[in-house]
Amino acid sequence: MPLSTNDVKHIAKLARLYLTEAEIDEYKDQLSSILEYVQKLQEVNTGDVPELQHSLDVINVFREDVIEECAEDARKRAIENFSSRNGDLLETQSVWM
Amino acid sequence: MDVTTLSLKEIIRALESKEFSSEDLVSAYLSRIEKLDGDLYSVLEVSPSALEDARKIDKARSSGQELGSLAGVPIFLKDNMMVKGWGNTSASQVLEGHKSVYNATVVDRLKSAGAVLLGRTNMDEFAMGSSTESSHFGTTKNPWDKTRVPGGSSGGSAVAVSAGFAPVALGSDTGGSIRQPASLCGVVGLKPTYGRVSRYGLMAMASSLDQIGPFARTVEDVAFLMQTIEGKDQKDATSVELSETSISELIEPTVDGLTIGIPKEYFLEGMDADVKRLVMDAVAELEKGGAKVVEISMPHVQYALAVYYVLMPCEASSNLGRFDGLRYGYHSTGENLTETYSRSRGEGFGPEVKRRIMLGSYALSAGYYDAYYRKALKVRSLIKKDFDEVLKHVDAIVTPTSPSVAWKLGEKFGDPLTMYLSDIYTITANLATVPAMSLPCGFSQDLPVGLQLMGRPFDEHMLYRIGMYYQSVTEWHKQTPIV
Repeated sequence: MPLSTNDVKHIAKLARLYLTEAEIDEYKDQLSSILEYVQKLQEVNTGDVPELQHSLDVINVFREDVIEECAEDARKRAIENFSSRNGDLLETQSVWM
Repeated sequence: MDVTTLSLKEIIRALESKEFSSEDLVSAYLSRIEKLDGDLYSVLEVSPSALEDARKIDKARSSGQELGSLAGVPIFLKDNMMVKGWGNTSASQVLEGHKSVYNATVVDRLKSAGAVLLGRTNMDEFAMGSSTESSHFGTTKNPWDKTRVPGGSSGGSAVAVSAGFAPVALGSDTGGSIRQPASLCGVVGLKPTYGRVSRYGLMAMASSLDQIGPFARTVEDVAFLMQTIEGKDQKDATSVELSETSISELIEPTVDGLTIGIPKEYFLEGMDADVKRLVMDAVAELEKGGAKVVEISMPHVQYALAVYYVLMPCEASSNLGRFDGLRYGYHSTGENLTETYSRSRGEGFGPEVKRRIMLGSYALSAGYYDAYYRKALKVRSLIKKDFDEVLKHVDAIVTPTSPSVAWKLGEKFGDPLTMYLSDIYTITANLATVPAMSLPCGFSQDLPVGLQLMGRPFDEHMLYRIGMYYQSVTEWHKQTPIV
């Protein structure tokens, strides 16, 4: 089933992607044709086939619950990447308006 | 000095016997890059400290210090592997201005072994593409014919080795991004078994499929480099303790008594006749060496591309959720925080990345999860089962790496589905988590063709063995482009 313009707008909203009208048109057709292609999966009978969650027989990988400090150098470098800061804090617009 | 065709092994020997210094070597590569990479655009940035790093190793060597296995050896890294202080971008505008905070585990391991990092190579934006045309910074060209694509997404690393800018380079492979450009550029490329190499510090695309692996001219060099980068890492819970590693000196150079499987599903009517002929010539060469060749069937591989184009975008849309325009990279201020996210992402990401984020967000959204994501995980199990069954009876599977030779720049760029189809032979190894290697097996229209070997999980040794035998009886890997 081909996607509608509203479907594309809805997905863009979910994905937090600003799209131009031209992009919305383009993606509508391209995504529809990709989705049509992947429909072929429905041919496969997968009744009680397990989902492949992890390729190895690794279920959980634990380590001791010990706090490891972040290297000061790494901390500084991370802060330097912020788009806007107040001291060492990341500054943003308010979350709740 | 002519560095164009030097192998890693030759370089190590020459550095050890002080035939030349690491500084000589690095200078020679840098001047070659300066002279020739303008047209090819394989390198995004040369490391400003490369020469100084080389000098340090030379000094340590002359003072008799104990050195690592890659002491003084130059290597390029795909731009999605983080090196502390480097401006790694994954060839995306969204990371313009970003400086890496820490080293990827492979980088730490290379540095401890004494390797000299030459710089970062071009790639499809966030490794999403099969031609290196989706890079925000420009298109990389194929050194065999500059009007053609080098393949992708690790096109820059493939070209750097093919054009003689370094003996080795690292790439990442989610659906073929090491093997396909290796094939199109006439070099060797390995996607290791999932879990063999730590992905810590690799910018994630699809976490259940991504692996880091090497490019080199010879299989022996690939095996040698793997010893440095592979093995368990606390920082990547999917990495695995290896019971043994393949020491390249100990690899038996024979295929006598091995069984090679040819999957009939990969050799369909309508495939490129030259590609088929060259791959079957290579198979005949293995047969001559005493290998038994059998036809095998893997009925579910016909669904591999569909599985991949559900799972990969789902995982990618989730992984790329971290780009918020606030903590690093491209920022565009909107009227409120949500709009700032949308603007930063909408303006910062390129078309292919947005396409995949949209696809993944759709497949994971309410009402569609079962039909797409869960279904694809189940079919992935069936594909893996096909591999498990077949690999009980054969030691390796042989196929072409790519359905065609390098195509013209721009030819498939506007048509995503056609572009995706170029990965049809490589994607299955990622889905089944098995190791897979591409190596040169001839030329069609003067362009390289690649042979793909796939093996049992964690049995890279078998691929090295077959590959080294093949390179001992053929000369394809010695051909280099005139750039």
